Amino acid sequence: MSKINSFAVVMALLLVAVMSLGVMAEDSLVIQGSSTVLPIAQKAAEVYMEKNPGVNISVRGGGSGNGIAALIDGAVDIADSSRFIKEKEVNAAVKNGIFPVPHRIAMDGIAVVINPANSVEELSLEDLKNIYTGKVTNWKEFGGKDMEIVVVSRDSSSGTFEVFNDIALGGERLFQGALLQASNGAVAGVVADTEGAIGYVGLGYLSESLKAVKVNGVAPSNATVASGEFPIARPLFMFTDGWPEGLTAKFINFVLSKDGQKLVKDQGFVPLY
Amino acid sequence: MLNWKTKEKVIKNTLLFFAFSSILFLAGIIVVLFNEGAPIFAKVGIFKFMFTGDWYPTYDPAGFGIYNLLAASIVVTIGAMVFAVPFGVASAVYISYILPKRFKNIVKPTIEMLAGVPSVIYGLFGMKILSPYIKELFGLPTGLNALTAMIMLGIMALPTIVSLSEDAITAVPKSFRDASLALGGTRLETMVRVILPTASSGIVTAIILGMGRAIGETMTVLMVAGGASLFPSNILKPVRPMTATIAAEMGEAPVGSDHYQALFGIAIILFIITLIFNIFADMAQQRFKKKVSGE
Repeated sequence: MSKINSFAVVMALLLVAVMSLGVMAEDSLVIQGSSTVLPIAQKAAEVYMEKNPGVNISVRGGGSGNGIAALIDGAVDIADSSRFIKEKEVNAAVKNGIFPVPHRIAMDGIAVVINPANSVEELSLEDLKNIYTGKVTNWKEFGGKDMEIVVVSRDSSSGTFEVFNDIALGGERLFQGALLQASNGAVAGVVADTEGAIGYVGLGYLSESLKAVKVNGVAPSNATVASGEFPIARPLFMFTDGWPEGLTAKFINFVLSKDGQKLVKDQGFVPLY
Repeated sequence: MLNWKTKEKVIKNTLLFFAFSSILFLAGIIVVLFNEGAPIFAKVGIFKFMFTGDWYPTYDPAGFGIYNLLAASIVVTIGAMVFAVPFGVASAVYISYILPKRFKNIVKPTIEMLAGVPSVIYGLFGMKILSPYIKELFGLPTGLNALTAMIMLGIMALPTIVSLSEDAITAVPKSFRDASLALGGTRLETMVRVILPTASSGIVTAIILGMGRAIGETMTVLMVAGGASLFPSNILKPVRPMTATIAAEMGEAPVGSDHYQALFGIAIILFIITLIFNIFADMAQQRFKKKVSGE
């Protein structure tokens, strides 16, 4: 009995596989690029494919540079990027007959957080730079208690670190005494447990056990990030070759739609509206 | 049907394949490690890679010096042994010589159970229970530091050290002990002058294997050591051992980049260190076997 059952299951699976093979590859889209944008692209692709059977979207990471390079080579339909395209890249693309068009799909904001027991309310970008390069090591410099600053950072290969390093540190080298943590959650955990700690996390990780400081006088929120007022933020892009048509246009429209922007928010980024 | 001779052959060859598969896996690992990691030694220079301290793998220009990370691994491992060796050897002596046999059969498996606890649980314990205590005790800004990592790794290395040391002490022939007692030696003298020296190379094996456990441990140090790539000049400061660096950074390092190769380079160094440990442990083990067999 059980033998017959498992035989039937195998046959059914085979049948499904063969059928889906027939349907598949009708309409396909290749996306590559930034690992920051990857979760958005991945999720959007999954949902889009669920809604539109027969469409096949493959999404790869590899970094913004790799994505744009692949677009220039004509190897992909969409390049994800956490930065704007460089002039050098535009020139190379035009030479290949490719005309990159940027689509802003989301905003990425990073909140600076301290322990709720810390009385400091506000820091400037300059202060952050001094803290993260190890020039200032005590909270009393910023009107807090006489307490050593425990600098918490993301490990240097993360996208979050990249933005923070670009905007707050201006590319200067991070102080070696900084505690490097491997995830947003780990940073949040250490800051919540350590009175003198300062760290930075994506907006999605803000909670009661963390206190977000104002940076240059602006408190981090979806609204201030979307409007560009909050300084530690950047737009995320998808680049296409020329104005998108066909499936590429449908997919970009989906990402920019209400449903798509909800996915953006679910992944911890700031939606455009 | 097959005759018995062919059957025999098939079975023999199948077993041969399985027997050698571990060696095959090891060879595969070595090939991959060197294939992916060796180019960084050529780019940076092996001396500069190992003995300079600026680990800035994603900057431009990048820094690929693992000295601080290497030193952190070594310091934390030695510190772990400072905790684990006295506790481990004393437990082993007590279990093998003083504890009645019926208790031994309960106590030893219990200690060995410590080895089966997943390392992430040790990490949680260190992070949430031990580190606040250490922070309080020394009045530190953070309890995630080298000392906390040393204590946790010491606890994790204990079962290896206790179990293997106990085996070594028990393996000392009863005739040695009887001879010492017959000559008028007290139990303490017998233990310190006869049993321990005889078992010493076995205990050394236990300690080296415990060190291997400590230096290769990843999850616990990632969670409790703090993660600052400072030179470990003060054990009350955060450090970042090699294993934690690989675990934290490999996920987002672009495949084939210098950073990726440098992480494999660290893995090569780590692999060579544990290989040396294993060779020494094996040498000590051979010596011990000779000693107790009475040569």
